[in-house]
Amino acid sequence: MIAFLIKRLMHAILVMFVISVLAFAIQDNLGDPVQQMVGQSVPESEREEIRERLGLNDPFLVQYARFAKNAVQGDFGYSYFYREPALEVIARHLPATLELVFAATLIIVLFSVPIGVYSAIKPRSPISRLFMGVSIIGISIPVFLTAIVLIQIFAIGVTVTLFPENTGWGAWLNAFFSTEGNMPSFGRGYDLVNVVGNWDTNLATWNGLQHLVLPAVSLASIMLPLFIRLIRAEMMEVLQSEYVKYARAKGISMRRVYFVHALKNTMLPVITVGGVQIGTMVAYTILTETVFQWPGMGLMFLDAINRADIPLIVTYLMIVGVIFVVTNTIVDLIYGLVNPTVKLTGKPA
Amino acid sequence: MTFKKTLLASVIGAVVAGTTLLPMTASAETLRIGYSADPETLDLHEQLSGGVLRFSHLAFDPLVRWTKDFQFEPRLATEWEQVDETTMRMTLREGVTFHSGNEFTAKDVVWTIERLKESPDYRAIFEPVASAEAVDDYTVEIVTTEPYPLLLNLATYIFPMDSEFYTGETDDGSDKAEIVKAGNSFASRNVSGTGPFIVTDRRQGVRVDFERFEDYWDTESEGNVSNIIMTPIAENASRVAALLSGGVDFIDAVPPNDLDRVREADGVNLIEIDGTRIIGFQMNEERVEAFQDARVRQAVDLAINQEGIADRLMRGFANPAGQFSPEGYSGHNPDLTPRYDIERAKELMAEAGYEEGFSVEMIAPNNRYVNDAQIAQAVANMLAQINIKVDLRTMPLAQYWPEYDTRESDMAMIGWHADTEDSANFFQYLTFCIDEETGAGQYNYGSYCNEEIDALVTEADSETDLEKRNEMLREAEAMLYEDVGFIMLHWQNLAYAAADGVEAEPVVNAIDFPYLGDLVVKSSDD
Repeated sequence: MIAFLIKRLMHAILVMFVISVLAFAIQDNLGDPVQQMVGQSVPESEREEIRERLGLNDPFLVQYARFAKNAVQGDFGYSYFYREPALEVIARHLPATLELVFAATLIIVLFSVPIGVYSAIKPRSPISRLFMGVSIIGISIPVFLTAIVLIQIFAIGVTVTLFPENTGWGAWLNAFFSTEGNMPSFGRGYDLVNVVGNWDTNLATWNGLQHLVLPAVSLASIMLPLFIRLIRAEMMEVLQSEYVKYARAKGISMRRVYFVHALKNTMLPVITVGGVQIGTMVAYTILTETVFQWPGMGLMFLDAINRADIPLIVTYLMIVGVIFVVTNTIVDLIYGLVNPTVKLTGKPA
Repeated sequence: MTFKKTLLASVIGAVVAGTTLLPMTASAETLRIGYSADPETLDLHEQLSGGVLRFSHLAFDPLVRWTKDFQFEPRLATEWEQVDETTMRMTLREGVTFHSGNEFTAKDVVWTIERLKESPDYRAIFEPVASAEAVDDYTVEIVTTEPYPLLLNLATYIFPMDSEFYTGETDDGSDKAEIVKAGNSFASRNVSGTGPFIVTDRRQGVRVDFERFEDYWDTESEGNVSNIIMTPIAENASRVAALLSGGVDFIDAVPPNDLDRVREADGVNLIEIDGTRIIGFQMNEERVEAFQDARVRQAVDLAINQEGIADRLMRGFANPAGQFSPEGYSGHNPDLTPRYDIERAKELMAEAGYEEGFSVEMIAPNNRYVNDAQIAQAVANMLAQINIKVDLRTMPLAQYWPEYDTRESDMAMIGWHADTEDSANFFQYLTFCIDEETGAGQYNYGSYCNEEIDALVTEADSETDLEKRNEMLREAEAMLYEDVGFIMLHWQNLAYAAADGVEAEPVVNAIDFPYLGDLVVKSSDD
């Protein structure tokens, strides 16, 4: 166990090192940060002075050595835009992203398990077919489109005038299909509760939760269909296996067979995929957070790219690398708990 | 709303075309703004940018400011007179206090001008100012190195700062007055101005909160906004959605694709303003020999249908241009209009010996100006008609300027807004013969050089008789029009949108700095 964790720690360090080298190597292609810091009419001589002061004229190796020397001491440099240490900027934006990912994960778990199990048990029922059909659409629609449609329907509202308003049924149908909107369409709202340090939470107030709903739903919309289909496929396979047949033959109630014996084995691959996907979700937050102006890491990263805020970009990439390593480690640990036959250190059992 | 209804609505809503939007109400007193960008810093002199200047008009007041029709309106300076050729005496407003409680006097103006001359972003603009001196508490004299006709234009950038507040040392021993680019200076985090609003909270990139300054000097202003919450919303669609859903009351930069939607929506009003930013192309004479021939440059100009671009591509959200100066500017020459004529263009190409045409590379940004990449594409197609084959590359802003600075393409797109709101500025940056010593022609991508025009504009810039000066600038525009030193496309419009009751129309202007201190909000139940 300890050996496993140490090994993973080494992984994390290696990942951070490789990412930082790569990020530094491409920084010249990210744009000129000085361009973003000065007015259009500022003469070249002034720009050169700023470049010199920021050390942007030094050769690659000198810049990298300086960065690496500070980074091992925990100093990842100053963000040009936020005028603060890059690590602090990320720490401030992290809670918003984590809450969003948490809410989306919750939605995925709450919906994917029952729907997946149901459509595995009753693959031919019309409801199952509907779910499968919708999930295909869900996988194919890009997240920003989902987000914009959600905003139009639930934040702005739509008035349907498709049916004749002067007939009773037409008016009723129009009203039936129209929505009022009024859901918040951007930001975290003005009603946040401070938990500790720089963690303000959306989860403690009604207003905060309302702000969380649309971004969380659109973030969940990418992964939810995937999980429904995964759980369905795994469950159907498990239901074919000998031990399930045996359990049924023994006369155990179907409910117990489905939810205790079958589901447990279904969840094994789901946990593996799920853990990795949560990492991927951090990447998807970039799109979701941009559309909803959700002030988390994703939005911050996109802004940093647009501003060529290189220290912040490098630090963000390194942190995301670590998040991936950490989630994978946690997944492996959980996997070991669920399936004791797996040996973490990877030696043959 | 039941879940079932919601689900149905979401399926239907996505496909139904015949939808309209529902009304919403403006909340009174507190104004929630969604701007495309927030101020990069609170230090006015750290960065010359739209975001910082908008902020300047909230927390500070300039000596004078522009009216909607480009006249000067007294603010902290109440009167001004030219004492001699190089000296202007300004009388300052009395009874003005800073947010810190300090009284505003002439020493603050002098201090601010001296700081402007230290600022990397303003140093060049304030080059003509030699010195400023306090005659008494409410009189200041500004001396220029030479006779300079644009001193009042510069005065719109002088937002007196609280010299006492910004003097001294911080706890960690740095100078409170220092200007640090992208650094954590005192002035970038602390504010004391004379403006209508005090900054109460700021989370960079997330929101800025303002509260009305109780002791604001302008008691005659009808502005009744007591609090402002400003959220930067960079994504166009999200900004519009935030307004339509009632999440904010006022937005800037409505994208052309959403103009109709906002115009027709209930409960919100669209405000369009003719802008002053010229969009155009520069031809690189260093790389393409053909562009050194005025006939080829004319042919390029004639082949481009400015009206078509403004009408169709921009959906009327631009005014086609034949010169740098928009209407209202000193050098605007009403005779110079776009002259699309494809036949004449072909003739000129033939005359110049380029009937067969040639190939050029073109670069354009894809997220800087309204529809920039599409405009470049359209221009490329138009040039194909006179056998100029264009290889177009578009790129995001962060990469565009470094690429532009290398001058390694044959044609480049640029948009330019004159910081001085004056015609000469366009020439000095975009078409003056390049001179690295003086910085002239800093954005002259194509190394175009016409010494006659340069001489005329330079002369105009020391002509203090404004009527004479305007005449000279109009002449310079006409000469450039003939010689085609720059391909003019259009002036890009500005669009704001506000919820019902937010009477934004009187306080927005072509300079793009809304004077929110004077904004009147009528609550919906009045």
